[in-house]
Amino acid sequence: MASPDEESPAPTEPERWRDLDMLLSRPGNLVDANFDPSPGLRDTLGSLVEVLVVGAGGLGCELLKDLALSGFKNLHVIDMDTIDVSNLNRQFLFRVQDVGKSKAEVAAERVMERVSGVNIVPHFCRIEDKEIDFYSQFSIIVLGLDSIEARSYINSVACGFLEYDSDDKPIPETLKPMVDGGTEGFKGHARVIVPGSTPCFECNIWLFPPQVKFPLCTLAETPRTAAHCIEYAHLIKWNEVHPGKHFDADDAEHMQWIYSEALKRAELFGISGVTYSFTQGVVKNIIPAIASTNAIVSAACALEALKLISGCSKTVSNYLTYNGLDGTHINVSEFVRDKDCLVCGPGTLIELDTSSTLSEFIKMLEEHPKLLMSRASVTHEGENLYMQSPEVLEQMTRPNLGVPMFELLKGAARATVHVTGMAENNGKKVSSLRKLRVAFKGVEKNSKMDTTESF
Amino acid sequence: MAAAAAAFAEPKTKYDRQLRIWGDQGQAALEKADICLLTCGPTGTEAMKNLVLGGVGSVTIVDGCLGQSRAKSVCSFLQELNDAVNAKFVEESPLALIDTNPPFFSQFTVVIATQLPERSLLKLDSICREANIVLVAARSYGLTGLVRISVKEHTVIESKPDHFLDDLRLHNPWTELKQFAKSTDISDKDPVVHKHIPYIIILVRLAEKWADAHDGHLPSTRQEKKEFKDLIREHMLNLDEENYKEAVESSYKVSVTPGISDDIRQIIDDSSTEVSSSSSDFWVLVAALKEFIANEVNGELPLEGTIPDMTSLTEYYVSLQKIYQAKAESDCLALEHHVKKILKRIDRDPDSISRAYIKAFCKNARKLRVCRYRSIEEEFGSPLLSEVQKYFTDEDYCFAMNFYVLLRAVDRLAANYNRFPGIFDSEIDEDVPRLKTAAVSVMSEMGLNGASLSEDLITEMCRFGGAEIHPVAAFIGGVASQEVIKLVTKQFVPLPGIFIFNGIDQKSQVLVL
Repeated sequence: MASPDEESPAPTEPERWRDLDMLLSRPGNLVDANFDPSPGLRDTLGSLVEVLVVGAGGLGCELLKDLALSGFKNLHVIDMDTIDVSNLNRQFLFRVQDVGKSKAEVAAERVMERVSGVNIVPHFCRIEDKEIDFYSQFSIIVLGLDSIEARSYINSVACGFLEYDSDDKPIPETLKPMVDGGTEGFKGHARVIVPGSTPCFECNIWLFPPQVKFPLCTLAETPRTAAHCIEYAHLIKWNEVHPGKHFDADDAEHMQWIYSEALKRAELFGISGVTYSFTQGVVKNIIPAIASTNAIVSAACALEALKLISGCSKTVSNYLTYNGLDGTHINVSEFVRDKDCLVCGPGTLIELDTSSTLSEFIKMLEEHPKLLMSRASVTHEGENLYMQSPEVLEQMTRPNLGVPMFELLKGAARATVHVTGMAENNGKKVSSLRKLRVAFKGVEKNSKMDTTESF
Repeated sequence: MAAAAAAFAEPKTKYDRQLRIWGDQGQAALEKADICLLTCGPTGTEAMKNLVLGGVGSVTIVDGCLGQSRAKSVCSFLQELNDAVNAKFVEESPLALIDTNPPFFSQFTVVIATQLPERSLLKLDSICREANIVLVAARSYGLTGLVRISVKEHTVIESKPDHFLDDLRLHNPWTELKQFAKSTDISDKDPVVHKHIPYIIILVRLAEKWADAHDGHLPSTRQEKKEFKDLIREHMLNLDEENYKEAVESSYKVSVTPGISDDIRQIIDDSSTEVSSSSSDFWVLVAALKEFIANEVNGELPLEGTIPDMTSLTEYYVSLQKIYQAKAESDCLALEHHVKKILKRIDRDPDSISRAYIKAFCKNARKLRVCRYRSIEEEFGSPLLSEVQKYFTDEDYCFAMNFYVLLRAVDRLAANYNRFPGIFDSEIDEDVPRLKTAAVSVMSEMGLNGASLSEDLITEMCRFGGAEIHPVAAFIGGVASQEVIKLVTKQFVPLPGIFIFNGIDQKSQVLVL
């Protein structure tokens, strides 16, 4: 047996793509109605389609590799995180030397080194930091995230692009499909979201119940488990001892303090099971993760992305769950849309008087029982009507606050506006994007000033 | 700066996210495992990537693709992922190795065979069975593929099921638990104490009260269970007492059927419990368990010894914990006694099975699993016909059964034509009837004359042309690696049959043939 010492050249280009080209160049009976097989299909898709991968972690690394090897040539990846040692057991694009660097940047570079002809643009920032317009360039968005809030945000952005015609039918050109994956230990899910036809993330938000928190009185009065002792140190004792000092879960000294306080409390009450590792797990809400489940779920997502874009086969309809704890169980559920969904529906209808000003409109959003949105910024067809931040934009748009909406929307009887602000989601106030339909009372539908269709 | 600090990654930190799943013991088993991969195409490489990242002991890549020495380059890519793994390669055709050097395989823990034709797989399976090596076979083919496990027997103590009823013995409390419950005043007038009496105590006390009023019987009919809940509610001081709400929700636990489950009964009645000096530790313990149950008045298994969190004063909860732990320890000691007796009887050192192992066995006694796999030869020669027929007519399994037959048929055709159907665009039309003929012969050998195959899938198989599509390979390789992890760590439960991937609508299934 030999050991590896020097690297051999990568496979030649035609050889690498021969297998995929068979699938894309041949007609079939179990394909999408729009499938147009040809020997050049891979090249066409590769050059025309831009894909956004959200997250460059356990799923993101796999997704970038799988998508690049599925013929996609123009990829973007966005992730605000830097590489940590504990990522290395599954995020295979990263090495020990990369610890501390941007996940998006390293991941993009590694895949480009290995797969020639692929261009990956990394974005080392928060998803909310990007202008909404940034997301409009992509044909498909693939999500490899571990947070409900981030999924919810991207979902609202993608659904926000969706426009409905006068019969409330989705306009195909405005569709931005998503493929979403998620894992926890030996379990995972992969789903396809086609806004307007499948349920969106928000339609089935109940699939992701909020995390159960311990009652504070249990922590303070009747602790019983190691987790109770840890959360006492974390949520109560820290603030008592360090008033005003922000707790940082990534600071080893802070974590050590929580651990020793938790241990003291556990000893006091005769409770066992407090370890440093368990303390980290509870405080950071660590979700166990392994390479194989991430590989499986990402592969399912990448395959669905390839099928959605090329039409070379059917697509999953619409929610796959994987469970490898006892055997290998795959289940596909067809969920249905929530027809009253605030996010993927035609938009909540807000009726205004022609005299209502923008500032009155913003106030209405705060009080609207379905929206309860505070600090709203308002845009219409890409134009900022009012922006809460940054300061420059706030100053620029402030004069609009006193102007009637009817005037700002150029005398249209009905219009679609996008608002972003803080809204209640799963019991938490989070940054949210909502699409609203504004209608003006007493104005006829065809009274638009620049009526092109009237005569 | 951060990079310099982490130039050497502590295994504890590096593997943190997986240690939370399989613990130090699972990790140690992985680090001891020697894995052999046959054929390092996309499917095999993907499987190995996941295992190398997880830190298996060693990997050996066997591949005969000489063009640019695929074995060597894949090996070096894998090595780059984790320097704690010993990565080696053998530049030889797996088919030739199977034919000429069967002893080669006996050095490994697991052999992962990817993209092997039926004939070689059959031969490899008999080699691995002979040497008692676990075989995992994986195949990607267009938008389908399969993963299968072959080993005579795989036993699991830590099956770690997702949802499992806790072991509280409320239907059959032992003396110490009854005494503790009796010593607690469940009608304490202090409202704070009253709402912090753990539901275990409430249920033990009220079940006794119920039994006293019902000739010693516990609630069993729907009506009785309802009345028992009402009895619990009568003891509430306020409607918002969480402990009483928990007692109502858990009231069914007093009505649990005593004794052992059918699954465990089957294991205990297995002929392997007639142990000899060559029996595995697992079966020695099951034999001891059998004696333990026979000696127990109520025929119960050893107590697990843990309780879930519940509304309670700290002192009540900690006392209860101790009572459960003490009972579990005494059960464990009793079992250990049987183990030693048996070991002596079969001429083995009575101390040759560690206490830690016996303890883990006791803790998981309700969750033991025995997985046995038919050999590939048995499956091919005498498939479970009733299962096959059921799969063919079941809407959910029909596609998977078709794929199974077609995956075997493509190998037949390849054996005759030296290529897979549909490799050449120009011959696809002729290959469709050829593949159909091959599939019909596979089916008639299985004893299926009359079941009809989906024409669409036959055409689809020819369209695939044996392609190894990357995301499919990543999926199949992912499943294969996950099964290897379960087999090596002896935790969780491996696939019971053949996993058939369906990349068309993703409705993949497991067939047991």
